[in-house]
Amino acid sequence: MALTETERPAAGGTPGKGVPRRPVGNRRRFTGRTALVLFLFMLPAIVFVGLFTYYPLLSGIQMAFRNYNLNDLSDTSWVGLDNFRTLVGDEMFRGTVRNSLVWVAGSLIPQFLIGFTMALWLRRRFRFRGAYQALVFFPWAVSGFLIGILFRWMFNGEFGVVNDLLMKTHLIDTPVPWLADAKYAMVAVIVANVWYGVTFFAIMILAALQSVPDELYEASAIDGAGKVRTLFSITIPSIRTTLALTVLLRVIWIFNSPELIFGMTGGGPANETHIVTSYMIQVTQEGDYGRASAMGVMVVFVLLLFAVFYLLAIKPRTPRRKVAR
Amino acid sequence: MILHETLAGRIAKFTGLGICLLFTVFPLYWILVTSFKDPGSIFAYPLKYWPSQFSLENYRGLFDQSNFGVFIGNSLIVSLVAAALATVVSLLAAYVLARFEFVSKGAVMGAFLVTQMIPGFIALGSLYILMTRMYLVDSRWGLVLVYVAISIPLCTVMLRGFFENVPASLEEAAMVDGCSRLSALFRVLVPVMTPGIAASFIFNFVNCWNELFLSVTLLNSDENKTVPAALNGFISSYNIDWGSMSAAAALSIIPTMILFAFASRYIVEGLTAGAVKE
Repeated sequence: MALTETERPAAGGTPGKGVPRRPVGNRRRFTGRTALVLFLFMLPAIVFVGLFTYYPLLSGIQMAFRNYNLNDLSDTSWVGLDNFRTLVGDEMFRGTVRNSLVWVAGSLIPQFLIGFTMALWLRRRFRFRGAYQALVFFPWAVSGFLIGILFRWMFNGEFGVVNDLLMKTHLIDTPVPWLADAKYAMVAVIVANVWYGVTFFAIMILAALQSVPDELYEASAIDGAGKVRTLFSITIPSIRTTLALTVLLRVIWIFNSPELIFGMTGGGPANETHIVTSYMIQVTQEGDYGRASAMGVMVVFVLLLFAVFYLLAIKPRTPRRKVAR
Repeated sequence: MILHETLAGRIAKFTGLGICLLFTVFPLYWILVTSFKDPGSIFAYPLKYWPSQFSLENYRGLFDQSNFGVFIGNSLIVSLVAAALATVVSLLAAYVLARFEFVSKGAVMGAFLVTQMIPGFIALGSLYILMTRMYLVDSRWGLVLVYVAISIPLCTVMLRGFFENVPASLEEAAMVDGCSRLSALFRVLVPVMTPGIAASFIFNFVNCWNELFLSVTLLNSDENKTVPAALNGFISSYNIDWGSMSAAAALSIIPTMILFAFASRYIVEGLTAGAVKE
């Protein structure tokens, strides 16, 4: 193990928050003893992650190709792609795929637009900005499951505050059975998820915005650019890497977050709000580990494919305009 | 000065921010208000937005009907121990990853980052079997070990970001003065990085406190259950007692709220530093 005490050069892309990089130290070879100490420092982390994350993951992958049902373990033979075939033929599974797409798109777009707007508003200092941020960013620290419970109560058809407010403002005349009616349940869970996720977009975009140098804005103001022009010519190009990565991470994350649905509808009514991952957990809880694992493998495979194509698509074809530091 | 804001622009901006704040705070306010209504008036019409009298009836009911005190205790123990252990383990790893170049470094970082893309619960079934073999099912300590493992990757990335803000000459000087690497780390670096370490710890704590599927899968007896597992139990029962439920929800949000108030700045800093820099 060749150890040299150098700092990896700062990766390209968005400049950090102006954090000074540690000056590059002398290249120096370490003795075996130092290498041993460093190895011992790394060891606990590697053991934990290896044993409780990677081992279950790999053994889960092989389960996807076996008949593995906790309710009947007499036959755990290899069945090749049978689990996958069953799923593709399963009407309910196909429904959850459709629901997942609606769930991701319906949550992502409003989250992005509202989060971006909030970040723009928060860019400049104002009195109490710190306190405001702490309050607005708070939902992010609450579990999706609990958010689901909160909104389950608010969207309650009889005693829910949402119906009450909508009726008081005369937007509706009669109470809407939000979570009991398949037509409305998906809308309700998406509203809750937008509420939950806006904050993260705002944080990430705000962090990126603060790395855009003021001089760029001054220059564009001197050139007489209006607000809209500045937004599209300065702001968005300067932070496009962060925007693109945030969107990617959010797609994966929203897809993989069934907690809110679990708390709010449990997948109902009539499985209309079940997404692939919430269905997967239900199947796990029923004990059919083979089929659940097959779903997990499909999820990871599809998301990986998506990530690769997405990253290729957003890769700048022309050399990126240099952002002045 | 950059772009002057017009008065109309400012009004629009602060109105927008006000609406966002209202939307954010209202659901939390509403669950709190519900929890303090007496059970009769929860289902009274018209809805009361400001209860005329505060009642602790729901909280009393919650503790009478369930072992909620035990659940909170379990959650506290599991989250505190797991967060502390994960922070220490991550600190050691982050130190190595921040300060040294070595051949397999990219592989380790990659392996950590991949765990963030793949949700832990995808391996829920096989984790359950692994825990059965290790006799760690329905054990709080078993849950702690799993929580430590799921906390390490992101915690390491965060701490690595904080390490990079501290000049290496600091611990090098200590080592020239005769400190061992370990004591230089704990005596010199840790005190300097306290805010970052505290934020990482709190971040871990909040994540463990909120975790649902592992706790539901790995714990089944009432004496070991954590708060989310217990809430899931309340939901699964046919009729939800919204009075007790709102009290339980309020109680389970409060610890996070307090901790987040202290550490939100550093957590955001650590996360975004890690993410934007990478």
